[in-house]
Order: sequence, then C-alpha cells, then structure tokens
Amino acid sequence: MGEPLVFTFNVDGGDFTSAGQASVAVKKNLSQIGFPPEVIRRVSIAMYEGEINMVIHADGGVATVKVDENCIEIVLADKGPGIADVEKAMQEGFSTAPDEVRGLGFGAGMGLPNMKRYTDEMSIDSTVGVGTTITMKVNY
Amino acid sequence: MTVKSLAEKLNLETVCCPCPEKEVSGVYIGDLLSWVMGRAKAGDAWLTIMSNVNIVAVAALADTAAVILTEGVTVDENITATALAKGVNIFTSRNPAYETAVDISKLI
Repeated sequence: MGEPLVFTFNVDGGDFTSAGQASVAVKKNLSQIGFPPEVIRRVSIAMYEGEINMVIHADGGVATVKVDENCIEIVLADKGPGIADVEKAMQEGFSTAPDEVRGLGFGAGMGLPNMKRYTDEMSIDSTVGVGTTITMKVNY
Repeated sequence: MTVKSLAEKLNLETVCCPCPEKEVSGVYIGDLLSWVMGRAKAGDAWLTIMSNVNIVAVAALADTAAVILTEGVTVDENITATALAKGVNIFTSRNPAYETAVDISKLI
C-alpha cells in the first residue's frame, strides 16, 4: 500500500438525527476496500460512539480515519469542555449526559468503554476548557 | 434462517426489508443504544421498544440482521426511508420482547 487513505468528516453539534453519518460512510468505504466485516464493525462502532459523544458534549468536532498498512486509526478532535476525570469517564455506567439525551437511548455511560472494547489501542488527550482528542487504532 | 422467513413464520409486520436474505443467528434485547452496540452480535435480531431514528445507525453499524420493534411500537416514515437507504430491516411485533425472543429461539 502506498499513501495511506484518509477520510475526514465534520460532525455537527446537537444534531442527533444525522449523528452516525460519518460512521456509516466509513463503514461503506471500508467495505468497498474489502476489509473483513468484524474489522469494519469494530471501527464503525468505536467511531459512532465518539461521534455521539462529540454531539452530546462538545457541539461537534472533526473525525479523521486513516487506513494504514497494518491498522486503521480513528482520531476524534473537539473543542468541547474537556473531560475532568478521564479514569472516571472510562468506567462503565458513568455518564454526564443530560436527561433529554438519555431519553433517546444514549447516555448510558457505555460510550468510552465501548470505544476501548472495540479497539486495540485508545488514548485520550483532554484539557478542561480546551477540548478533547481521542485516538484509537484497530489492527488488521 | 433468513430474516424474510423468520418474519413470515412469526407474522411480523414489515416496516421495511431491504435485505431479506440476511441470516438471523441470535437475539439481543435492549433499549440503551450503547449497550446494544457493546453487546449485540452481528446477525442478531435486535428486539427493542426504542423507535427514534438513531436505531437505524446502531443497527447498521452493529450489523444486526433486523430490528424488531416489540409491543406494537411503530416508527415514523422518515425512519423507514433512512433504514431503506442504509439496508436496515425493521419489523414490528405485537408481542412483548420475551415472547418474541422465545419464538425466535424455537426457529433458529
């Protein structure tokens, strides 16, 4: 493989009806390239959880997916409020999502844990008041 | 068993079925979307009462074979259009989730 393929998406804030468009587009692209279904599933679920988090907490952001020789890298960058306690945020069931979001079926405190569950590497770089960048890698 | 045969045998009402030949290999019951994405397996029939548009993205990304809305829950037309575009099968069952799951387990 020569130059890595890169897909970039702007994720709109506060728009739950279109949330997931970037993940669905990535799923389609990876499928056309010929990745195994389970790899595509892991990448697209991890990315969707990140997209939803950016919609709920950060008024949107930018999602970048890079297809490298041995792994698919997903970078989700936002200029939201940041995560005060990353360790706590990674616990299953911990959520700071507002009630109206929970009414839609989100905010169960499973987003970040799912992102970790479905990826081989995950790092969170967050500064309160500045924003959050999450980098995930799925090896193949 | 294919989604199409399952829907026929259970007398499910079809909301949309763009991929009738998908194989159903299990069942997952849940309404919290991240739980579904974390725990449902590819090929599961996903039984839920959640009917907003986000179920389409979740079903598409988690590779579930079909969404079955239980207890007679219905969806808006705009959801049907999105589901058709994303290849997501949606059905409605008048029965509760437990009974629907029991029925499916006898068939697969």
